[in-house]
Amino acid sequence: MNLALLVLSSSTLVHLSPVDLVIIVFYFALVLAIGLYLKEQANTGEDFFMAGREMTAWVAGLAFLSANLGSLELMGWAGNSYKYGILAAHWYWIGAIPAMLFLALVMMPFYHICKTHSVPGYLKLRYGPGAQTISSISFAFMTVLMSGINMYAMAVVMRVVLGWNITFSILVSSITVMIYVALGGLRSAIFNEVLQFFLIWAGALLIPILGLIEAGGWSGLKAKILQNLTEQHVTNPGAYTHAWSTLGHFTDNPMGINWVGIVFGLGAVISMGYWTTDFLVVQRVLAAKDLRSAKLAPIIGAAFKMMVPFIVILPGLLGLALLRDPHTGSLLRLVPADLAWSPAGQAQGLHGYDEVLPLMLARYCGPGLLGLGITALIAGFMSGMAGNVSAFTTVWTYDIYGALINKNASDESKVRMGRWCTVLGVIISIGTAFLVMKQQSIMDYVQSLFSFFIAPLFGTVILGMLWKRATPAAGFWGLLTGTLSSVGMYVWVKVDPSAVRYVALSSQAQDQAQNMFRALWCCSICVIVTVVVSLVTKPKPDAELKDLVYGLTPIPKEEQVSIFHSPVFWGVVVAVVFIILQIIFW
Amino acid sequence: MKSGGSLSIWFFIGVSLAVNGAVICGTGIYELISPPEHQVVLYNLHANVWWGAVLLILGLFFSLRFSPARERARMAGNS
Repeated sequence: MNLALLVLSSSTLVHLSPVDLVIIVFYFALVLAIGLYLKEQANTGEDFFMAGREMTAWVAGLAFLSANLGSLELMGWAGNSYKYGILAAHWYWIGAIPAMLFLALVMMPFYHICKTHSVPGYLKLRYGPGAQTISSISFAFMTVLMSGINMYAMAVVMRVVLGWNITFSILVSSITVMIYVALGGLRSAIFNEVLQFFLIWAGALLIPILGLIEAGGWSGLKAKILQNLTEQHVTNPGAYTHAWSTLGHFTDNPMGINWVGIVFGLGAVISMGYWTTDFLVVQRVLAAKDLRSAKLAPIIGAAFKMMVPFIVILPGLLGLALLRDPHTGSLLRLVPADLAWSPAGQAQGLHGYDEVLPLMLARYCGPGLLGLGITALIAGFMSGMAGNVSAFTTVWTYDIYGALINKNASDESKVRMGRWCTVLGVIISIGTAFLVMKQQSIMDYVQSLFSFFIAPLFGTVILGMLWKRATPAAGFWGLLTGTLSSVGMYVWVKVDPSAVRYVALSSQAQDQAQNMFRALWCCSICVIVTVVVSLVTKPKPDAELKDLVYGLTPIPKEEQVSIFHSPVFWGVVVAVVFIILQIIFW
Repeated sequence: MKSGGSLSIWFFIGVSLAVNGAVICGTGIYELISPPEHQVVLYNLHANVWWGAVLLILGLFFSLRFSPARERARMAGNS
């Protein structure tokens, strides 16, 4: 009997062999060993919170990318590509690459020169304590919530895929993260993120390689998807393999979005906000050893980010083309998670969209490879959680404890607070995970939460960096009204679903499309309020804005390097490859 | 490559890839000798053998290139 048939017909998706367990246990032992080894090098605040600011461009760049490559990301976007087709790749291309290059070449000098410990820390220097307080509290709230939701998602995956107990999965993984981050601080988190980056690729890369062999290459895959979706009477089945040509109108693609939402909502606001102001990722590049490394790190991250669809989006598309019911031999149609996990769905043996990656893993990977694939999923979860916890710890210690509670805290007490805060952050995250378990619909709000806080923050930070006239009062009111307007639009659509035609410009708009347009509007409101309030309030004198604003910050001359070591050169290379990918998959 | 000590991050990555590669390749060779009853799709390609070998070679390269002895020698040379 084929193993794929066996796993599909059993209560859990895969069964691990002793070899698989050896690989998983070895992974846990190695990350703990790294944490113990790095403990001796985390004695000062700079060491613990900023990894001594001595990371090379490669280490900072891979950690920058890996902190975002959590299990929700891997499983969720593979599921989204099954649901929406190749449109999901926009979250890796236009939804990441321009923003990463912008961070590297335009914003990084300001972050690096002002030597801030965090993004809220930059807002304090630029606008004062008001904007810092709003952003630090909202960021701390968001990271802990995201960490808990990520943890719960991973535990659910472990239950569905392996039949493991949810509490056991949550406790083992989170306690491991807590130990290695509390011991070695950001340096330990970064080391493990780079290790996890390699494991994720080693564990997941075989799926697209073997999948393309089975499907007969990219053209064979497209033909199979077209044939399967036509059989299932799906409207416009060709849209699943075209990234741009179906974005002319809302009804032409499975996401119910048009190019305005993708280019401006995702590319110009959500993505710019996330990759340039979300401290979870920015913290990794702040740890770079010099300005050139700090500029190169996001470019290295961008180069690999462009390739992530190969291990995330392609398996989802392969699932559309190749997955069949083991009993009937007919096409296997995955369904929304709530339907799959309902008693009726369980009785019928239905699988959710998010299960497409483990299903493909089970299809091709025997003993050993399966253990590595599961380790890749666990590693993805742990790097995402370590990113959230280390960012939370820094923002709490510097921007809440150090700024509001104990303004005279010594460096030693900050490190002590950082270690305890790591423990506290993990405990709160575990609590959040169990809270989510009781109210599963919270999972649906993750992306919305994200747009509440990140989109307006981008407006505030970018105006602060590029326009010296922006005033402290304007920074505070712009950020506050931007955040409140986003929450307001969300509540409006929840109370009156027909309002979606105003917020997202189409009654066809799906959740992701709504998030994109809401982000676009709230960022615009933040910018407008900041500009208007700035024009009627008193700006800071130029002397106080030195090293914080464009035009008042002398950018240090970079060392003379060859063109192959120049951030601008590699930025152009990444941009050209990005454009070529858009044309190929147009 | 700065690691904060005598052990480089690339050494840890090398060890991880080498151990995983050896285990996976070894399992694949065992399956060649004694084929399993339940076979995955495309079993005939023996992915675990060649993929395990690729990981093992890559892991050995990183482990040796960034071994603690070479790192110490490099740091001594720089100082």
